[in-house]
This record gives sequence, C-alpha cells and structure tokens, in this order.
Amino acid sequence: MQLALFCAFSILTLLFAAGVVFLRNPVSSAMCLVMSFIGLAALFVTLDAYFIAVVQVLVYAGAVMVLFLFIIMLLDLRAEKQRSVKLAAWVGGGIVIGGFVSCLAKVLASLPALQATKPPLLQPDINDVAAIGETLFRNYNLPFQIIGVLLLVSTIGVVVLSRKELK
Amino acid sequence: MPTLAHYLLVSGLLFSLGLAGVLLRRNILVIFMGLELMLNAANLSLVSFSRFNLMEGLPNYNAQVFVFFIITVAAAEVAVGLAIIVALFRAKQTIHVEDLDTLKF
Amino acid sequence: MSTVTAPWIILFTPLAAAVIILFVGRLSKPLSAGLAIAAAATGCVLSWWLYFQPPGPESLQFYWLDFGDAFRVPIGVTIDHLAKVMLIVVTTIATLVFTYSIGYMRTEEGYWRYFAGLALFLFSMLGIVLADNFLMMFIFWELVGVSSYILIGHYFSKDSAADASKQAFIVNRIGDFGFLLGILFFWAATGSVVFADIEKSIPLFAGFPIFLTVAAVLVFCGTVGKSAQLPLHVWLPNSMEGPTPVSSLLHAATMVAAGVYMLARIFPILEAAPMARDVIAWVGGFTCFAAALMATQQDDIKRILAYSTISQLGYMVLGVAVSPSWNEPMFHLFTHAAFKCLLFLCAGSVIVGMHHEQNIWKMGALKNKMPFTFLATCAGALALAGCPLTSGYYSKDLIIAWAVTEKPFLGWLAVATAGLTAFYTFRLLFVVFLGRPRDEHAKSAHESPLIMLIPLACLAVPSLIAGLLVTKGGWFFQIEEPEHVPHILHYVLWALFAAGVGGAWLLYRNAAKDPVSIPAFANRLYIDNVYNWFVKNIQDGGAAVLSWADRWVVDLLIVQVPSKLTWTCGFALRFLQLGNIQAYAFFFGIGVVGLLYFLLSK
Repeated sequence: MQLALFCAFSILTLLFAAGVVFLRNPVSSAMCLVMSFIGLAALFVTLDAYFIAVVQVLVYAGAVMVLFLFIIMLLDLRAEKQRSVKLAAWVGGGIVIGGFVSCLAKVLASLPALQATKPPLLQPDINDVAAIGETLFRNYNLPFQIIGVLLLVSTIGVVVLSRKELK
Repeated sequence: MPTLAHYLLVSGLLFSLGLAGVLLRRNILVIFMGLELMLNAANLSLVSFSRFNLMEGLPNYNAQVFVFFIITVAAAEVAVGLAIIVALFRAKQTIHVEDLDTLKF
Repeated sequence: MSTVTAPWIILFTPLAAAVIILFVGRLSKPLSAGLAIAAAATGCVLSWWLYFQPPGPESLQFYWLDFGDAFRVPIGVTIDHLAKVMLIVVTTIATLVFTYSIGYMRTEEGYWRYFAGLALFLFSMLGIVLADNFLMMFIFWELVGVSSYILIGHYFSKDSAADASKQAFIVNRIGDFGFLLGILFFWAATGSVVFADIEKSIPLFAGFPIFLTVAAVLVFCGTVGKSAQLPLHVWLPNSMEGPTPVSSLLHAATMVAAGVYMLARIFPILEAAPMARDVIAWVGGFTCFAAALMATQQDDIKRILAYSTISQLGYMVLGVAVSPSWNEPMFHLFTHAAFKCLLFLCAGSVIVGMHHEQNIWKMGALKNKMPFTFLATCAGALALAGCPLTSGYYSKDLIIAWAVTEKPFLGWLAVATAGLTAFYTFRLLFVVFLGRPRDEHAKSAHESPLIMLIPLACLAVPSLIAGLLVTKGGWFFQIEEPEHVPHILHYVLWALFAAGVGGAWLLYRNAAKDPVSIPAFANRLYIDNVYNWFVKNIQDGGAAVLSWADRWVVDLLIVQVPSKLTWTCGFALRFLQLGNIQAYAFFFGIGVVGLLYFLLSK
C-alpha cells in the first residue's frame, strides 16, 4: 500500500516537473509546477512530515506560484517563438545532466545504509507542529529572527527594484 | 516498502529536471521555475533523511526546521528575482535569455 | 656632585651644547663659541676633579637593549685609572683647542657649524673613553667618524675637502668592518660584549688560542683604520683639508689615539694572545718607519705633521705589542697629544700669519716676525724629536727600549725612525723659521692674536716637563723600565738625535728649495696610486658588471617576462566571459559534476 502510494505520487511529481521543462507556453509550465508542488506535499505526508507538507502547499503552491503567474500576466508573454535549436546547448546540458544522474545512481547503488526501510516511530500520532515549534524556537531562535529581518529586507528590495523611473 | 534510496532517487531526478530547465530553456521565467524545482528536490531529500534517521524514536526535527528556513528564503528569493526580471523586461523588452549578453568581452 | 654622576655630566654636556648650537648658533658667533667652550671647560674641570677622587664604583650601567640572556647591551661608564687619565687628556686639549679656534676661525665661514661639529666630536670621543662595552664603544667610534667627516668637510665647497672627508669615512669603515667582526667573535664566544665580562672569561679560551688570536686581530683592524696604520693610513694626510684646529684635535691628539686607547682597554685580552701581539707589533713597526720616510719629503706644513702623527701612532701601536702593561703606550699617547697638538696649533698660527699659505718653501725667516710661535714650535719640535729631558724623550725611548728587548728587529727599526723623526722635524723648523723669506706673505707675516698664543703656552709646558713628572714623580702612570737594556741604546739615540738635527741644519739652514729629492718618498711610496688603480679598475669594473646584470637579467628576465606572461594569460582568459547566462550555468554545472566525480572516486 505504502509503496503504491509512494510510486503514484512520485510519478505524478516527476511527470509534471518534466512538463515544466518541456512545455512551450509559460502559463502551462507554471501550472505544471503547481501540480508538481502538490505531489511533493503528498510525498512529505508519506514521510510523516505533516507541518512541512502544509507549509509547502501554503507558501509554495499558494504564494510563490501565484506571484509567478502574476508576473507572467504582467509581462504578457506569449508562447516562445521557435528559435533555432542550438546544438551546443543541448550537448552541454546533456553532458551535465547525464553526469549528475550517473553519480546519483552510483551512490544509491553502493551504500547499503540507503537500502533501509522506514523505521517505526515511537508514537504513530505525533504532534509534529509542536515538535518543530519547540526545535525552532528553542534551538534556532536567532536564525528565526534573522529570517524575519531577511523577509523585511527583501520586501524593501522588491519595492525599490520595481519602481518605475521617473522621467 | 519505499526505502531511503527510492526517495533520494526521486529527489535526484527532480533535481536533474530542474537543472535541465535551467540549462536548456531560453525563457527567463521558466529558468526560474527550474530553480524552484531544484530547491524542492533538496527539501525532499532533507525531509527523507529526517524521517529515516530517527532521534530518540522521533524524526530529526533539525532537518525539518532547515526545510522551513529553505522554503522561507526561497519565497523571499522568488519575490526579489521576479522584481529583477520585471525591471529587466522594462529595460530590454525581452525575456529571451540569449538577448541579455551585453556583459561580455 | 659625586663620582657616579660626574661621568654622565662630562659625557652629555657637549651633546647638549651641540644641540643648542645647532638651533641657535647661527644667531650669534660668540654664543656658539661660548657654549662649546663652556661644555669643554666643564668636562675639563670635572675630569681633573674626578682624577683626584678616591676610587669609587668602577662601572655604572643600565641596560639599553635587553633581549634576555641571549643578547643584552648595557650603556655604562667605566671610570678606572685608564679612563680618568684619558678623560684629562681629551677634555684639557679640547678646551685649549676650542679657545684657539676663536682666533683661528674669526674670518672663516660656517662658524657655528664648526663649533657644533666640535661639540659633537667631543661628545663622541668622551663616549669612547667612558664606554664599558664593545658595542657602546663601537657606536661612539662611528660617531667620531661622522664628526670627523663633518669637520674635515667643513669647507665643503672645495672638491678636495669633500673628497678627503669621504675618503676618511670610507677608509675608516673598512677598518670598522673588521672591528665589528671581532666584536661578534667575542660575543659569540662569551655571550657578552662588556669588557669586564670578556676579561673574566679569558681563561675559557685556553684551549682555543687561534680563536682568541683571530678575534683580537679583527678588533685590531679597527685600530688600523682609526689610528691610520699601514695600509689604511691614506686618509690622514688628506684630512688636513679641514681647519687646522680640527687637525690638531682630531687627527693628532684624540681621535686617532682612540685606536690605541681601545687596545689599552682590551690589554688583558691581548696579553692572552701573543700571536695577535706579534701582528700588532709588525704593523706598528712598519707604519712607524714608512711614515717617517714619507715625512722627510713633504712640502706642505700640515702634511709633514700628518705623516709624523702616523709615525708616532705606529710607535704607540708597537708599544702596545711590546710593553708589559698599557701604561707605556698610553704615556706616549699622553705626551704625543701635548706636543703634536702644540705643533699643529703652531702650524695654524703660521698659516694664519701667512694668509693661509701652507707650502713651507714659500715661508722663511719667520722667527723674527712670529717669535712666540717660533719658541712654542721649538718646544714641540724638541719633544717630538726626543731631545733628552723633554716628555717625548722619556715616552718614546721607553717604547724603543721595550721594543729592542722584546722584538729586536722592530726595535732597531724604531731606533732608525727616531733619527728620521729628528731630521724631518728640524727640517720643518729650519725651513719655516730660519733662512730668508721666500715669498711676499713671508715678508709681511705677523704674530697671531693673544687668544691663539695662550693655548700654545699651555701646551708647551706639558710638552717639556710631563716626561719628568711621570718618570721621576710617578704622576698619572705606573711605568716600568725593561731590564737588560743594552747600554749602547741610549747613546745611539742621543747620537741619532744630534745627527738628525745636525743633518737638517746643514741641508736646510739656508736652502731656497729642497736640495734632497727622493720621488718615492715624495709620492708617499705610491700607495695612493695603488688605491686609485684599485678603485678605478676593480671597483668600477665590478660596478659595470652589476649594472649590466641589473639591466639585462633583473629588468628583462625577472621583471618583464612574468609581467608579459601574466598579461597574455589574462588576455586569453578574457574570452571565457561570454555574457550568456546559460553558458555560465553550464560551466557551473560541469564544475559541480566534476567535483562530485572526484569526491566519489575516492
């Protein structure tokens, strides 16, 4: 059962991710990305990381992608006109990706520790929001505050960057 | 039962797809989406490690806090990056990455 | 005032005077002269006072450089008997010369510069006298060289004076190189540069006599430079380009005697190194003889006296090598300071009277025009030539007696030199003061002002009686006569004195020009020519080679090649900047994948 669910969600995620890369229309790419994120959130749930799954949907699929779509609409983009396919780019890309995937396969096959299955949890129903909250506010309080400042800074940066030049 | 290797394989393939998007597509926004895919692949691998390496019977929440921070930073980065792309579009009237090549020798 | 503070006051008053003169001296001539004389007089009074104090703590020091046990350099003063006697010599003669300078330099340029230089010199010389360790002595040794450079080059607009001052400094430096090596040897062996410490550790050298000999000979190199021994004597005659009081103070009485003083200071070390003493003896003996030969044919009044100084310094150095203690050579240093300074000041008086003409063959019959100067010169000449009962007789003949006993060849060489000394001294006297005036200036010469004559009188007294005071009265020094002196020695010396004076009388009494002409001596044994050849060919040749190396090797190979190479590499790498973002992403990805492969292959 678990395996079937895992396979279903992972294939979903990967298919839509491929759609992001290979579809022409940028709006289609954005939609595929949203679906990919939702698939990913499902995978997080299979890993018992409920809080992260919800945050993923809320922030990524809900906020970030909406922003993307806004910008696509703002810039009023059409489908990419077909330009000549540059062979050099495809070969280069192929080399890099091929190399990376082969590394990945080698590592995954060689380490026995990676072949372990999911170990059982102490309590099946854990309140992981509380647990994450405790870790976050107890051990990582300072980085948390800094993240707040970072968000403030990026907000200011966005406002500054998107000002129209006054003629 | 899915093993850690399965999850890491999915994460790796997701990362490669994102990398392919960055290297092969010529629309800036799609390149940016590829970037987001790569970040998410990293998140997935972090969460799987958190679940598979238990600390006192519970998942290792340090990794999940890390993922929380990554998501936050990614959101901020998307905001700023899109603002830059908008400014670039206003200046150059193009989103085709090959047209942005004035900083060359 | 105590014996602890007095040496420091003596040492630093001249420095204070020099500094003040440097700042305010140009405002008023009497001020510059007054400050310098006040400093010298203070030193003189305190030195005499110190001499009569009972012996107190002999060495006072504080640490100037302290690097722990490895290297510790104190600044301190030694006030043992040797230092007290030398203090008296230096300060008394300095006071007299400063006073004389007021008259001599009245019409000369650079008055305040001159007195500042003299005050600086006095400070440096006192530093050498009072130093209690090698390093402090070396520092003041160099300072004395600097003061000498400043004072010889007083008339710096004259090329000959500028060259002479440079030569003096450079030749001294050559000697000082050896000196410094010697100091380093002593420090390496004993871990200290303080004289007292080194003397205490002499027994440790018992197993390594060669080491001690080499170190002592190296230290002696300093004396060869500073006290103008062969072969580094060439600077002293040229240093006569400076004003005459400078010549009398520095290059007759005190600075050149510093070399001998230094040897006296390290006498216990020399006693432990008999081979070093042999080297010293031979150098001193040959210097003494060769310089006397050269003096017989010089025509400039100051150069005769300069070669005479070199010869007498040779006597002192020979004395260090053959005497049982430092008393004998220091006795000769004492008397020589008095009579040679007197002779130089008389020469200065003659020069001023002759309106700065220095060639003796343009003078003549000055005894009527400058009677007092004539009498003073007679006193000095008698002392220098070794007339019995004068100071020079006692001190010089004492050294000759020891030399004949210890090293007969050098001893009899010194005896021959004594005859030559009498000869050239009276040659000078007869040509300048007797005979007929040979020149306009000689006819219209006049006696010098009183302020120049008083120091002459003051110096004539010790020139005549100091010998008796020391030998019969036991003042200042504890000298020993050698046993087994051949009786014939004293008769030979008296005979040579008479022969020298007689020969000079016969040849030069009424001579219009020099009847004797020996080019080798007149050209100073061609040693100067050897040095000139060396500098012109070897040194300039070496410089030319280095210049070529600098232009072609350093400039081209070492500087141009790497710079051109770097530029070319930079130019080639510039083409990697494509401007295309995806190209950059590609390079990035290739790098990461490569790194992964590299890490995973381990």
